[in-house]
Amino acid sequence: MKDSHYDVAIIGAGMSGLAAGIRLAHFGQKVCIFERHNTPGGLNSFYSTAGRKYDVGLHAMTNYVAAGIKGTPLGKLLRQLRIERKEFALCPQKQSLIAFRDCALRFTNDITVLDTEVATKFPAQAAGWRRLGQTVRTYDDVSLDAKPQSAREVVARHITDPLLTDMIFCPVMYYGSAQERDMEFGQFVIMFKALYLEGFARPIEGVRVVIRVLLDKLRTAGCERRMKCGVARIIEEQGKAARLVLDDGGEITAGHVISSIGFAETMKLCEPSHDSAAGANTGALTFVETISIYNRQPAEWGWGDDSIIFFNDSDRFEYARAKEQVDIRSGVICLPNNFDYGGANLPEGIFRVTCLANYDRWAHLPEETYQADKRRWFAEASRSARRFLPPVDDAVLEKALLATDMFTPRTIKKFTGHINGAIYGAPNKIRNGRTHLSNLYLCGTDQGFLGIVGAMLSGISIANYHVLQGSTGRAR
Amino acid sequence: MTKDNCKKLVIDIISDIAPDEDLSAIKPDVRLRDQLQLDSMDFLDIVMELRKRHGIEVPEADYAQLASLESCAEYLTPKFQAKP
Repeated sequence: MKDSHYDVAIIGAGMSGLAAGIRLAHFGQKVCIFERHNTPGGLNSFYSTAGRKYDVGLHAMTNYVAAGIKGTPLGKLLRQLRIERKEFALCPQKQSLIAFRDCALRFTNDITVLDTEVATKFPAQAAGWRRLGQTVRTYDDVSLDAKPQSAREVVARHITDPLLTDMIFCPVMYYGSAQERDMEFGQFVIMFKALYLEGFARPIEGVRVVIRVLLDKLRTAGCERRMKCGVARIIEEQGKAARLVLDDGGEITAGHVISSIGFAETMKLCEPSHDSAAGANTGALTFVETISIYNRQPAEWGWGDDSIIFFNDSDRFEYARAKEQVDIRSGVICLPNNFDYGGANLPEGIFRVTCLANYDRWAHLPEETYQADKRRWFAEASRSARRFLPPVDDAVLEKALLATDMFTPRTIKKFTGHINGAIYGAPNKIRNGRTHLSNLYLCGTDQGFLGIVGAMLSGISIANYHVLQGSTGRAR
Repeated sequence: MTKDNCKKLVIDIISDIAPDEDLSAIKPDVRLRDQLQLDSMDFLDIVMELRKRHGIEVPEADYAQLASLESCAEYLTPKFQAKP
């Protein structure tokens, strides 16, 4: 393959890399995206097996707001990528649930529903809840240079009931925290807005719709894309990323390099190596997900109300690396059938359960043990989750079951390259995207805008801030 | 290139980057930010589109000149006229 020079090289064709590529190519930069896998999407991708299509990652797109509501991440994203709202074909959730052992809070895409739930079930906390909402609304969560502070500390100033605290944190952490037990407050604000103040939606055909739109824009903008060709090494010369060595042995040069593959993952590519920096900021939070496909609609079993259920049965909700292979005490149920598809629905019933897991306990198992453990934990996770749904006889479910699949931390590592299968990446985010090399920047998960809308905005922001703004003669 | 043509070109750009805004009643002498929901990302896009479509460069020091439609026309029209 011919070696070449680009204005910008992007590592990784996930949501953030694709979005950065669209922006830069649209404004005339010569850009190429290098992706090791054969499918784009990164952590939010899709696959087919046995003639059936599956989504990975995406339960629901967060940050959903109705048409006409401006100034939110979704609106910014659509504008920046010149995407028409209808292209994403987003269908809103019905409702979701935070289900703990003795208490449940319902929330929808209308925050007043959750406000009322909190006021009814935690009357003594109602004033604090309002103040927390105000704090979140006025916080500048897109600042690229904000000082980190503990979300637990900030929330504790407003909410004093430990149960309510745990219930608020549970969805927010499950959908984006790379840190165990606490979050940086800026990250908390992003997720609080994305989940509670905005909301959930999905296209009926799932994440592939979003990826298809991005690929279409990418093509129109003239961005190059090399699949099954990752970047193997970033060669440093005079404080810059001077050359990129590709998996196929080829070499390219680029004026700017934007890496979406994660902080530690990027540091490990650097030559001379930056392994110690990588080691100090490596994530450990990973998950398993089970998928069951039924020939019935979940609504037939009384499972038709909730789009997403965040469940927990321990005294205190513990968001941390699982001690065993999987921690089934808490988790997330996703029922993709329960979105408002305007009269239509998915042809089959889908029941997904996500639980915290432990990478090391999955990573090195012999194949036979690995398969057996997958089967065992599949059953355990599903059983734990079903306690938070109306009861249905095992035999009834068994009879309706068409197919199952499951991903483990090992699957995540294999397909995304994330160290430890850490879906949400490094615990400490690098908001301005800067690295030790002056022309190498991070975007995506480890830049720190969360969710798939956040990921795309991350790619956009880093492209704007480090490449496009600089090109208009800005002195920095 | 007249100032009116110039205003029209700016409106064309805004209608493409912010298709969800109603541009039918923009007051030329009022700051765009005060009558439309435009943030710094959108203003960067106005600058970038001016360069892409018309070859007009707006250095960052001059961004303030793009505050209103009137000031856009004032600042940009000579730049259009100076084009070969």
